[in-house]
Amino acid sequence: MNGVHDMGGMQDFGPIRPEKNEPVFHARWEGRLQAIWSALGTWGKWNIDIGRQTRESLPAVEYLALTYHQLRYAQVVESLAASGLATRAEIENKRPAKGTQKAVPPLTAAKVAAWFANGNPKKRDVAVAAKFQAGQRVRARNINPPTHTRLPRYARGKLGIVERDHGVFVFPDTNAQGLGEKPQHVYSVRFTARELWGEQAKPRDTVVVALWDDYLESA
Amino acid sequence: MKAAVTAVGAAAGATTTPGLAQAQEHQAIPSDLTLRVKSLESLLVEKGLVDRAALDALVDTFEHKIGPRNGARVVARAWTDPAYKQRLLADPDRAIAELGYGGQQGEHMVVVENTPTLHNMVVCTLCSCYPWPVLGLPPIWYKSAPYRSRAVIDPRGVLREFGLELPDDVEVRVWDSTAELRYLVLPERPAGTQELSEEALAALVTRDSMIGVAKVLPAKEGTRP
Repeated sequence: MNGVHDMGGMQDFGPIRPEKNEPVFHARWEGRLQAIWSALGTWGKWNIDIGRQTRESLPAVEYLALTYHQLRYAQVVESLAASGLATRAEIENKRPAKGTQKAVPPLTAAKVAAWFANGNPKKRDVAVAAKFQAGQRVRARNINPPTHTRLPRYARGKLGIVERDHGVFVFPDTNAQGLGEKPQHVYSVRFTARELWGEQAKPRDTVVVALWDDYLESA
Repeated sequence: MKAAVTAVGAAAGATTTPGLAQAQEHQAIPSDLTLRVKSLESLLVEKGLVDRAALDALVDTFEHKIGPRNGARVVARAWTDPAYKQRLLADPDRAIAELGYGGQQGEHMVVVENTPTLHNMVVCTLCSCYPWPVLGLPPIWYKSAPYRSRAVIDPRGVLREFGLELPDDVEVRVWDSTAELRYLVLPERPAGTQELSEEALAALVTRDSMIGVAKVLPAKEGTRP
């Protein structure tokens, strides 16, 4: 989706404002919410790409105006409602609907260390032929799907060089739609800054974008 | 969708500036969101969807178990042990695991080495991807619009804002975290640190140097991010 989340190359968002001695969370609710999001993920009702799509699908004006954690609240509410884990009415009324059976949470305190350490790998040990090889010239395809994609707009239609094949990974475009993992190779593709931005860019500078087979064509 | 968003929008009030979801706004956090999250947590606990003690453990993980100190140890080890550095560049997941780190948002690591002619810097233009096990959760500026938008089109301008000016003959290479690969910059070891222990070296390594928006300076000057 060509949304405001796809920010690479925009220039009018103002200065970067690093905060000195920034705390991990600025308020207690931010930490609780981050934890809630992680804990709810262990129900397996959505995957990382569905989660990203939910966030990207929030209205553009809200996406730009809200802070990271404020957006997270909207993302959690949307995800709960869409998955059926909780209804909007329950969230609004702050109590479970009458007659709801209490569930058993999959993630307990004792399991948190293992949950973190095991991670959630997206690499797949399946034999899928690579369409491209290191050193090959490729063009990022000019695609504009109305759904989730991880091919940023600034790279579309641009020529690059495959620098490295990282192996086979879950493909976000289908995974976000519940259409399966469609595992395929991911490559580091190097673009010159001049190819992306024209003569204003320094001749030596480059941008490396990690791209899946389906985002590329030979050039 | 609309209902929830409007609710958050209302909670956020008119105090936010479009595109500048930054630290300043955090000081004007609507008390409403404090209450909303509290209510949400209670609801989810009551429904048996989350375990309160698990939430405590998760917050503790985010605040205390992960963070740039981990990454700094990896960097210092690479600076002092050439064989380790080789393993780190060739098989980062395994080499980082040797020091006891790894897991969520660090499952597929790529380590990129700075040299006198190459400066690497990392961004996630599409969201906020960041190597949690070695750097912790990302700072606000990393996940905000100004950095995400300009890092790819004007990396030198961005670096200048962080106080780093690089000559034209140095290649600036920006890594956009579009896939599930997570990047750690291996900064250059500063000159004049031959005598320092691995531990003392780790103390010099900043978070920003491992994102690639700063260099590691030879002597510690107060508290730097």
